[in-house]
Amino acid sequence: MEVQGSLNLIGYGLSAIGGGIGVGLVFAAYINGVARQPEAQRVLQPIAFLGLALTEALAILGLVFAFVLPI
Amino acid sequence: MIALALPAADEGGFAPPSVGEHLPAIFSIGSFDFTKHTLLVLLSVVIIAFFFMFAIRKGSMVPGKLQFLGESAYGFVRNSVAKDVLGGQDFIKYVPLLFSLFFFILVNNIYGAIPILQLPTFSHVGGAYVLAALVWFIWIGLGFKKYGVRYLKLATVPSGVPWYLLPMIVPIEIISNFLVRPITHSLRLFATMLAGHLIVGVAGSGIEFLIAQENILLQGTSVLVLAGAVAMYFLEALIMVLQAYIFVLLTAIYIEGALNADSH
Repeated sequence: MEVQGSLNLIGYGLSAIGGGIGVGLVFAAYINGVARQPEAQRVLQPIAFLGLALTEALAILGLVFAFVLPI
Repeated sequence: MIALALPAADEGGFAPPSVGEHLPAIFSIGSFDFTKHTLLVLLSVVIIAFFFMFAIRKGSMVPGKLQFLGESAYGFVRNSVAKDVLGGQDFIKYVPLLFSLFFFILVNNIYGAIPILQLPTFSHVGGAYVLAALVWFIWIGLGFKKYGVRYLKLATVPSGVPWYLLPMIVPIEIISNFLVRPITHSLRLFATMLAGHLIVGVAGSGIEFLIAQENILLQGTSVLVLAGAVAMYFLEALIMVLQAYIFVLLTAIYIEGALNADSH
């Protein structure tokens, strides 16, 4: 069987694993914190989104390299 | 998701839309192409300006329906983004920036959910780069304005780190703060818009391909693709609003980081 396509996308899939786990951990901690202390939501929300931004960087860079690098 | 994967699994003949396709220009002036993206950006400015001019036209003490909508939209950005993140006394200075960014991105994203327009403007990377570059210059400028040249030290040398780790930490901080930040800030918006646009497009062309088959059972499977497409459409509509919020929230976080660089 012949398989066609770009290996770049497999690389992107691999890079997305780390980002996915990281985002999951960040939001799990955020939800835990808010569930234990609902009034802390306003303090925790910017921190959670900053953590999202930092962890998601790897997956985003993976997507871009998947498109940019020659097949 | 299985329903969305079906047309691609069919043997041969199906060519899904790809990132290599370009929209034809409506007209060109020299090397400048006036495309659908350009038209939609201009249209968004008109829509936002007229909506808010109509909303506050009367400015009555007891707001009508339209005025209430405009005021609660403004209140959302002012209270839950600017006030919560920036805090303090002078957060109001940055509300106009955050407010216009939020509605500019929101309207340009929502285009992707409107049937005839059906093109989120930031699915072209150029617009996202410009917005992120604007924000980048603003927060770096604010940092230099407040701390002078000392801002470079504050932004790259974290406090409480032993001196022998500094040669390793400082390059990482420079790369992460000044290079990766603006890149991911723009690409997050672009990548989610492009992916959402493509997945709806792939589902649409999959339905078209299946309807054109001769086998009646294959035609029947197009209903599954349609169900998947509708579900993805609503997910994308949610993501469009969420991305506008995240972009503005990150803008506020970066500005706050530059203003309070000495306490981080």
